[in-house]
Amino acid sequence: MTSLRGLIHKEWLHIRRDRRTAAVLVALPVVQVLLFGYAIRTDVDDVRLAVVDPAPDPATIALRNRFASAGVFRNVAVVQRTEELEPLFGSGAAQQAIVFYPGFAQDLGQCVPAKLLIITDATEPNTASLLQSYAQAVVDGYVRSLPTSHARPAAAPRIVPQVRMRFNPTRESSNLFVPGLIAFVLTIISSLMTAISLTREKETGTMEALLVSPLRPWEIIVGKVTPYLAIGFVSVVAVLIEALLVFHVPLRGSVVLLLFEGGLYILVSLAFGILISARTSSQRLAMMGTLLATMLPNVLLSGFIFPVESMPWALQVIAYAIPGRWFVTIARGIMLKGVGLEYLWPQTLFLASIAAVLLTASVGSFNERLE
Amino acid sequence: MRRILYLTQAEVLHIVRDRILLAQVLIVPVVQLLILSNAATFEIHNTPIHIVDLDRTIVSRGLVSHLAANGHFRIVEATPSADRGDQGMSRGNVSMVVVIPRHFEASLVRTGVGQVQLSVNAEKGSAAGIVQSYAAQVLNQYANELASGRRPLYRQFSGDSTRWGPPQAGPLEVRVRPRYNETQNYKHYMVPGILVGLMTIIGTLLSAQNIAREKELGTLEQLNVTPITRGQFIIAKLLPFWVLGLVELSLGLVVGVLVFGIPVRGSVPLLYGVAAIYLTVALGIGLWISSLVETQQQAMFVTFFIVIIYLLMSGLFTPIDSMAPWVRNVTQGNPVRHFVTISRAILMKGAGPAEIAQPFLILAVSSLVILAVAVRQYRKSAS
Repeated sequence: MTSLRGLIHKEWLHIRRDRRTAAVLVALPVVQVLLFGYAIRTDVDDVRLAVVDPAPDPATIALRNRFASAGVFRNVAVVQRTEELEPLFGSGAAQQAIVFYPGFAQDLGQCVPAKLLIITDATEPNTASLLQSYAQAVVDGYVRSLPTSHARPAAAPRIVPQVRMRFNPTRESSNLFVPGLIAFVLTIISSLMTAISLTREKETGTMEALLVSPLRPWEIIVGKVTPYLAIGFVSVVAVLIEALLVFHVPLRGSVVLLLFEGGLYILVSLAFGILISARTSSQRLAMMGTLLATMLPNVLLSGFIFPVESMPWALQVIAYAIPGRWFVTIARGIMLKGVGLEYLWPQTLFLASIAAVLLTASVGSFNERLE
Repeated sequence: MRRILYLTQAEVLHIVRDRILLAQVLIVPVVQLLILSNAATFEIHNTPIHIVDLDRTIVSRGLVSHLAANGHFRIVEATPSADRGDQGMSRGNVSMVVVIPRHFEASLVRTGVGQVQLSVNAEKGSAAGIVQSYAAQVLNQYANELASGRRPLYRQFSGDSTRWGPPQAGPLEVRVRPRYNETQNYKHYMVPGILVGLMTIIGTLLSAQNIAREKELGTLEQLNVTPITRGQFIIAKLLPFWVLGLVELSLGLVVGVLVFGIPVRGSVPLLYGVAAIYLTVALGIGLWISSLVETQQQAMFVTFFIVIIYLLMSGLFTPIDSMAPWVRNVTQGNPVRHFVTISRAILMKGAGPAEIAQPFLILAVSSLVILAVAVRQYRKSAS
């Protein structure tokens, strides 16, 4: 036990002596969350709208005004012919266009329905559906404001949805992405930390000394992890404070539980880093492989940007093994939904078992090196 | 010129000899493209919903069957009380609770307006908006069907089929046309972007790590005492990776077209032309990193951080338009952003030189700047 304490003390001295690295380790997540928190959003609140109105009349003007006053649309161009839209869409200057045909006001009064074409840049399908429904809502509102006539019977039945957005009523992007970002940033920082601590021993040749010391493999692992767990915990707290104060993400559930889960998640990430560094023979290949293997999957499969439920089932299965996925669910659950362990125990169990497996495996890989 | 060729030859030999590295560089990106393009989707189908039908009339049941038949929704449970729906939502296995209140049908018949409560799990922001708009579509469609009397059951029940008049169109006929991605296929949108992402990761990482390795091994000093100039050295170092990057692009394009059926509407030579310029930027950044660091490990980590920031702020995953205004301005300096824009514009929109002129110009300028900085930073003398 004293030898274990000695190892922890040694690691701690390393951290204290190299204050710059320690500062970077704590500051980096804070800076990244700040940057990405403002960058990673999916709100659509500024639509670049082009209007094709070959023969303006009171009705087209009225509908155009409705678009202008809807709040989301910004009129970027009014043109005469549909062909003129092409460069606007091609360069991305316009995202949506409403096309009127001559005689709009006349047709509106007659039995013939007036024609209206709504063109949407659908390169990004999700934004496109939102834009379409925004435009549709404006047009619907306009139709309802028209005087009742034989063309528009008053008594047409309507089913009016009363929509309640649970857990995130304003659908604020930062509420959604910041808890996910915390998971993402912590993964990066943890892998960095363990890599520093283990490869340093290897580079300076002191790893051999550790291996021939009376320390057991698990003691080496624990000794290596504990000080960095402490630093990781400090960055969890820092990032959480930032989320609450800067991004005003609600924290509806228990702080204690969230911190506990954060600690558990850091442990998983550290263990993963240790396992990789312990098994590395050629640094170049291992690091290249790890970086390639973790950079995109971490962004894509953790559900932090793209919902896991939307993925094909094969990928959903793979996502089970991605610890970030569980922590994202837990963080959102505690912060946005205010639920506790009664709902989150499966995710917690998954995280805990991944931690157990990784730690056991890294202890095992130290054994192999001894032979 | 001969010197450049010799050094290039040495580099090529290094790459070809290291089979595992070559495999990593060529195969891993293709595998990632194949797998990850499936992951990057906001597409919403089979949304699990919970139905609370308090009305239990023919009209309310008709609404439920419309929701079930629509294809976007999957009814996981139907109970007469809302509590279980709320629980399901907290647990996360229900995304929307639909409550049809008592007297729904009566109110629809009497006043022409029926109300339905939709509680959407907005934990996943934009997905919630889409789910809501799908639901609204179903409700509208059902209301229109009721109006046009195409539901005999209802006519029979209300007893008065002419009440809402004969089937007819409204005063306005709205047609909606989604441009460029008519099938709303998310992969068509993601593949051109992920391609750029992979080229960036590989290019920057390889060039950053390459020179750092020579530093570690001490072979950089040997090169420094040869008569080769700084410019020649950098050209010779970057040329093989530049070619590798273009090979990467070709592989990715082939996979994209054959496997994912992405459209190629614009000119492929134009895409390659831009890629050629873009790669000099990506490689230049790697080179610049390698001149700042001492070891391969440092090179890896610095590259990792820079590339992550570049990728997440490039509009590859989330739209640039949604970013906070100041972030949007910051991303103007991000070369990845411009190449993602160009790649999507050429492949999906069929954009020509005129439409991509502005981002291309920014890329060209960044290329000059970054190469100039990298050449300046690289000192032939050992410090």
